[in-house]
Amino acid sequence: MISDNIIRNFIIPLTQVLVILGVASGAVAYMTLVERKILAFMQLRLSPRRVGPHGLLQPIADGIKLLLKEDITPDKADRILFTLAPIVTVIPAFTALAVIPFSGGGTFQIFGYQVTPWIADVNVGLVFLLAISSLGIYGIMLGGWASNSKYPMLGALRSAAQMVSYEVPFGFSIIGVMMLSGTASMVGIVEAQREAHVWYFLPQIFGLFVFFVSGVAETNRLPFDLPEAEAELVAGFHTEYTGMKFALYMLAEYTSMIVVASIVTTLFFGGWLRPFPNVEALGFLNLGLDRIHPVLPGYFWFLLKTFLVLFVYLWLRGTFPRYRYDQLMRLGWYWMIPLSIMNVIVTGGVVLLLRR
Amino acid sequence: MPVSGVSYIPILIFLVIACLFPVVSLLLARAVRPSSYNRVKMEPYECGVESEGEPRQRYSIHYYVIAVLFVVFDVETVFLFPWAVKYRALGLFGFVEMLIFLAILVVGYLYAWKKGALEWV
Repeated sequence: MISDNIIRNFIIPLTQVLVILGVASGAVAYMTLVERKILAFMQLRLSPRRVGPHGLLQPIADGIKLLLKEDITPDKADRILFTLAPIVTVIPAFTALAVIPFSGGGTFQIFGYQVTPWIADVNVGLVFLLAISSLGIYGIMLGGWASNSKYPMLGALRSAAQMVSYEVPFGFSIIGVMMLSGTASMVGIVEAQREAHVWYFLPQIFGLFVFFVSGVAETNRLPFDLPEAEAELVAGFHTEYTGMKFALYMLAEYTSMIVVASIVTTLFFGGWLRPFPNVEALGFLNLGLDRIHPVLPGYFWFLLKTFLVLFVYLWLRGTFPRYRYDQLMRLGWYWMIPLSIMNVIVTGGVVLLLRR
Repeated sequence: MPVSGVSYIPILIFLVIACLFPVVSLLLARAVRPSSYNRVKMEPYECGVESEGEPRQRYSIHYYVIAVLFVVFDVETVFLFPWAVKYRALGLFGFVEMLIFLAILVVGYLYAWKKGALEWV
């Protein structure tokens, strides 16, 4: 007989983790299709439509293709590091999902056990997220170095400098949110937004701007995808990667995108809260989901907001040309960092003046 | 608000599963993919031209300067986190103290700016 303690502290989290990982991998697979669809609509091109109705089976075909592709390790490459690098990139990208509150306002009752809609609510959730998300750079640097080839080497150097530069405003911009909410727990921040009667994107509009731009740069997405600028560096740090290892790099990139979008949703757009959560009369916005279970509308709103943030990601890709490298560094050091420091000071002053 | 270490157990489980995931998928791919050796195919990719010289050459000092600046700024950020969480409790005292702290940071930042350490070309 399994003891109560083991079920509560091991079996339930394990199940949650497997469910979240499954959903995340599925979301990443379909994210690639959504990206190609949206870009095609924006640029008047054709999107995938051959595999399945409207190309809906395309991600599965892509997955099978990547699995069956030959995996080349160049003779000159450092074999151990070359294999280790994509693994090291994927691990932090996934682990960041552990502290994201997908929904809230209640718990599930499954076989008499309380199951929270998030995996873990630690009181340093935000610091944990920052720490774990900045580990992803190791995989990229290792991959570029281990390939022992010129393009990956240059790509790795660039990405190291770029991610390190944008790490600073990335961290600075969320300090304002912590000052307003008085907590670093992700669940606590959403609850604070409910109590403050305002989502933090209004008082923290500069924080949101800096955070999102730095987030795009951190995840190496257009218009900041200098590490893999195909016009100059072929494919940057993953030029030598093929097959499943390449797939792991892609998986990490898209998972980080989803993580950044989830953080933006949680910190600035009220996480699982519906618009105007304190106005009873707007309860119909929940589409009756709260009558089935009080946690369900939270999932709906969280996914909707995260998808809208991801759409902005793709929108940027569809409309902006790529930055030149010196422009990128200039934007980071001359604009983003002073702006985020100013944001901290102004937020501090205003909070002090409005203190009751 | 949970304070005991128990709340970290799910994160540990997540970490273990996240470590297993890429390893298992690489092993799975190894089992089903084709593999044939060809000396030319295993050469480093340089747009089809035969590779010349070593890839690991000396690179721009700017990367090093950026790395040093990053260490300074990021450690400052870490100091600000606990301050931000307890900001309302600290009040005016905390605000002034952090202004002084940020002023020291900004002096260093302006120095780096004037010295051209942030200039790329």
